[in-house]
Amino acid sequence: MNTTHKHIAFNVDTIRKDFPILNREVNGKPLIYFDNAATSQTPQQVIDVIVDYYSNYNANIHRGVHALSQEATDAYEQARIKIQKHFNAKHAHEIIYTSGTTHGINLVANGFSSILKKEDEIIVSALEHHSNIVPWQMLCERTGASLKVIPMNTNGELILNEFDELLNENTKLVFVNHISNALGTINPIKYIIEKAHAVNAAVLVDGAQSCPHIRPDVQALDVDFYVCSAHKICGPTGVGMLYGKEEWLKKLPPYQGGGEMIAEVSFEKTTYADLPHKFEAGTPNVCGGIAFGAALDYMNAIGFDVIASYENKLLVYATEQMLQIDDLKIYGTAKEKTSVISFNVGNIHPYDIGTILDKMGIAVRTGHHCAQPIMDFYQIPGTIRASFMFYNTKEEIDTFITALKKAVMMLS
Amino acid sequence: MTIEEIQNEIIDEFSMFDDWEERYQYMIDLGKTLPLIDDAHKTDDNIIKGCQSKVWVHANMNDDKVAFTADSDAIITKGIIAILIRAFSNQHPTAIIEANTDFIDKIGLKEHLSPTRANGLVSMIKQLKMYAIAYQTQLN
Repeated sequence: MNTTHKHIAFNVDTIRKDFPILNREVNGKPLIYFDNAATSQTPQQVIDVIVDYYSNYNANIHRGVHALSQEATDAYEQARIKIQKHFNAKHAHEIIYTSGTTHGINLVANGFSSILKKEDEIIVSALEHHSNIVPWQMLCERTGASLKVIPMNTNGELILNEFDELLNENTKLVFVNHISNALGTINPIKYIIEKAHAVNAAVLVDGAQSCPHIRPDVQALDVDFYVCSAHKICGPTGVGMLYGKEEWLKKLPPYQGGGEMIAEVSFEKTTYADLPHKFEAGTPNVCGGIAFGAALDYMNAIGFDVIASYENKLLVYATEQMLQIDDLKIYGTAKEKTSVISFNVGNIHPYDIGTILDKMGIAVRTGHHCAQPIMDFYQIPGTIRASFMFYNTKEEIDTFITALKKAVMMLS
Repeated sequence: MTIEEIQNEIIDEFSMFDDWEERYQYMIDLGKTLPLIDDAHKTDDNIIKGCQSKVWVHANMNDDKVAFTADSDAIITKGIIAILIRAFSNQHPTAIIEANTDFIDKIGLKEHLSPTRANGLVSMIKQLKMYAIAYQTQLN
């Protein structure tokens, strides 16, 4: 498998031509899409793969003896290898297809319910998305284990010496996102993993927000579990992946029963299939998996270094421009952050600004971003969040700033 | 005036505006100027939780007519509340139950009453009608 990708020269005008949706208008204005942290847009190259699948080789995979089933199985398993190479997993069977990040987290949480004992402890960070809090609360309710939280400072950074103090021989699991969805903070996961391993605790990293911007190396990180969703990385919705170290995946029980995940079934006993099929019950999202692979190909052809450097320029420029607006406050000012800006202006409700921006064709997210504990920390009902991808431009930021000033004027 | 007459009056007012900006500015001004609810009634019991903006509704009945007061923490939502209250308040319960909200579409604010919009307004209208149903039961 060839993993060296030839990088094309980065030209945002050329890149934008790959995304048909960027040509549309909203409320009579050209769309400016700054809601990328919620979902990214899909390039024609990925759309073509989806169309090709349903036009030419749609079939149920594995076990089929006919040509279509073989072709679909091959493409699906090739995509798994692309994902493996992308994340530098040791084995392809350490990559489990999921329906997305939330599914991956629940799969691991469920697996740990048979491992955890009453005196055990789980640590999560204060920067978590709801999907990374609720499953652990449920797990603690089931097992009697207790949940500890790594606090954050006002910049939106985790307080690491408090984390050090939470660790002890009862700590069995640490869950942290690689990048915060609400604030854009890049967490020091390498440090967290090393410290957790020192007390023999496993670490699950939520990569939903990091994978669009950086290329994690799961072996170099020595992470135990890593999850992400394809739709944040220019792929389709409804598909994602869970990376798990082989030894851990063998240890965890299956999540769902059904076809595909069994080796032999009798009424007395069922033996489970080998990895990865043990965790992939039922007919999977075949097309989604193949398109996920295509999305990674697309991103790698541009190159994650190039993407990160361009997006950082957008972040710096937008931050500078926004801070010139009176009473504008940015939440999440970590030294290490990605192209996400969470903010409020004076006492104006985020919903009001979001509504006026939408009238001007600008898509941002408003609300608590499924991270209510963070909003409680800052004592605000929510924020407006503008998040950029490599297909956004400086000119779009200029239009956004003009529109934002107009919204503030109307609402003040 | 009947609910329908008030609604037609609101449609006439909005027809004077040329574009969305003027419509929204008018709504924002309505939201700013109107005292909508007594603070004593801004309790958790009276709150309708939308995903993003909070909406409070209070109702009482005098002379067989239901009067509503309401508020929101978002000003555009508050502006639409002002319009809805103007149309529905001080009416007989039966009239409130039978009234429709098509006029919101006609004044170009349809998107705010979409069930997928997380602003609490759809739940608010449901709540207004529930109050009307409750008061109508008292009259029977």
